[in-house]
Amino acid sequence: MKQSDATSSFQLPKLSYRVWKVWMRDRDVFMKTYKTNFLPPLLEPILYLLALGFGLGGFVQTIDGEPYIQFIAPALVSIAIMFSSFYECTYGSFVRMYYQKTFDAIIATPVSLEEVIAGELLWGATKSLVNSSIVLGVIAAFGLIPSPLFLLVPLVSFIAGLLFSSVAMCFTAISPNMDSFNYPSFLFITPMFLISGTFFPITALPQTIQVISKIFFPLTHTVAVNRALVLGKLELNLLFNLVWLLAVTPVFFVLSINLMKKRLIK
Amino acid sequence: MESEVLIEAENLTKKFGDLVAVNNINFDIFKGECFGFLGPNGAGKTTTIKMIHCVLPLTSGKLTVAGMDVTEKGREIKEMIGVAPQEDNLDPDFTVFHNLMVYARYFDIPKAEAERRTEELLRFVRLEEKRDVIIEHLSAGMKRRLILARALINEPQILILDEPTTGLDPQARHLIWDKIRGLRKQGVTVVLTTHYMDEAAQLCDRLIIMDYGKIIEEGKPSTLIKKHVGEEVLEVAYDEEVTQLLPKTLQDARVEVVSDRIHVFTTKPKGVFAKMLKEVPFKEAMIRDANLEDVFLKLTGRRLRE
Repeated sequence: MKQSDATSSFQLPKLSYRVWKVWMRDRDVFMKTYKTNFLPPLLEPILYLLALGFGLGGFVQTIDGEPYIQFIAPALVSIAIMFSSFYECTYGSFVRMYYQKTFDAIIATPVSLEEVIAGELLWGATKSLVNSSIVLGVIAAFGLIPSPLFLLVPLVSFIAGLLFSSVAMCFTAISPNMDSFNYPSFLFITPMFLISGTFFPITALPQTIQVISKIFFPLTHTVAVNRALVLGKLELNLLFNLVWLLAVTPVFFVLSINLMKKRLIK
Repeated sequence: MESEVLIEAENLTKKFGDLVAVNNINFDIFKGECFGFLGPNGAGKTTTIKMIHCVLPLTSGKLTVAGMDVTEKGREIKEMIGVAPQEDNLDPDFTVFHNLMVYARYFDIPKAEAERRTEELLRFVRLEEKRDVIIEHLSAGMKRRLILARALINEPQILILDEPTTGLDPQARHLIWDKIRGLRKQGVTVVLTTHYMDEAAQLCDRLIIMDYGKIIEEGKPSTLIKKHVGEEVLEVAYDEEVTQLLPKTLQDARVEVVSDRIHVFTTKPKGVFAKMLKEVPFKEAMIRDANLEDVFLKLTGRRLRE
């Protein structure tokens, strides 16, 4: 509690099994409204596949030897990962922190604030896992999963979901109000949605933007890994994507917990 | 009873930037008593109790609960404390029953035991009929009662109540008071903050009055009343003559003008005002018992704080 500001942002959080109590709380809320929760991840990919895959795809030549609809299918899974955890840990966490005072209620028990935030992050990752698995089911129904390696996609979903949750939680920690989430939404999420190799290969972009996309965009790496797994096309440069995800995730995980501590423990 | 110190603060200080919210205070809270923190808004009451239940780090000084230092043993201390906060932070997505069950889980209470305690507590705060109702359909009074029940789910030795009856109707207030008295009989130590002086007088064995982060007075309610405002207060309609006449009739009288009324305080025993009124009939005179509110206003002044 009495450390200098420079080191405090990367203090390793002390976590215990109590993290799961927070996770269970969020899960319980989710299960109460599961019927409406399952609808968007089920319908959205169907719309994209119809509009972009069949519609636009009719005008697009094959990409890397794959039909357009097959090219975008794994990207839809990845986009679901991004959206579900990012919005869970921005708007969702902000409501619980600021309006519902849920965090205040929990830290009056033996659960610590660090554990509350970690639980929120794990829940965000879980939502990515759940929603992207639904999308996976949809593209499977459309016959767009040629490789059994797709079984590894949920694992990727959880790791990438944890990363998007952590990045989101950093914004939550520094946002004065919910309107401020417009900034990360439009400056971070929308660009990623469009230029992370989702609807066309990033090689089609100018060199500088390609570099930015590869250095800063978690979605670029998520899409690359998921596409390889769904199509069963493993290449060596996938290692770079994997290492990037595995290295950056813990950094933001720790950073977001510390930023939230700074915001909430005065 | 006043033997074992359960909560002890030594030179306790809390700063938020430049603002000194709690300024070097000392107090002891004994096991089994009901201890009150009184003071105007911004006096430092809530800040102090948040340090006691380990959600706010100290700036300096020492604070122990059951012999454990709050900066080291937060988890252990929180296990033995129940907290009913000022604001409603119930989980709006859950029913009454589920709120308590989820809260029990944070304390590692096994499910069957949590169910038993939940049913019992809902009976205790008379919410058993609202068991399956979503929180938003509860009245303010019901929410307060549920928050009280939630604070008891871990069978705490210390119960912290931050303004437990603010905004409640008299029926709900009396019910909460009854429950607090019941808990005291079971040996629970109660620490409460309140703006209601009648509440403090009703419930507290001892209290402290804080202002601007400092303790300005402490003691038993009855002792404080006697010490600062005597036994009785005379209220009369405002009149120039009265203010001149009074000091002559009653030597030690302290006179306070409150809008169109004059409050007269004395250190003399009961009956002195009645005797005086027989000799000098003041307009709209009324004799009443001195109370804690008189003490509070005398010590903290009548000026608004916000």
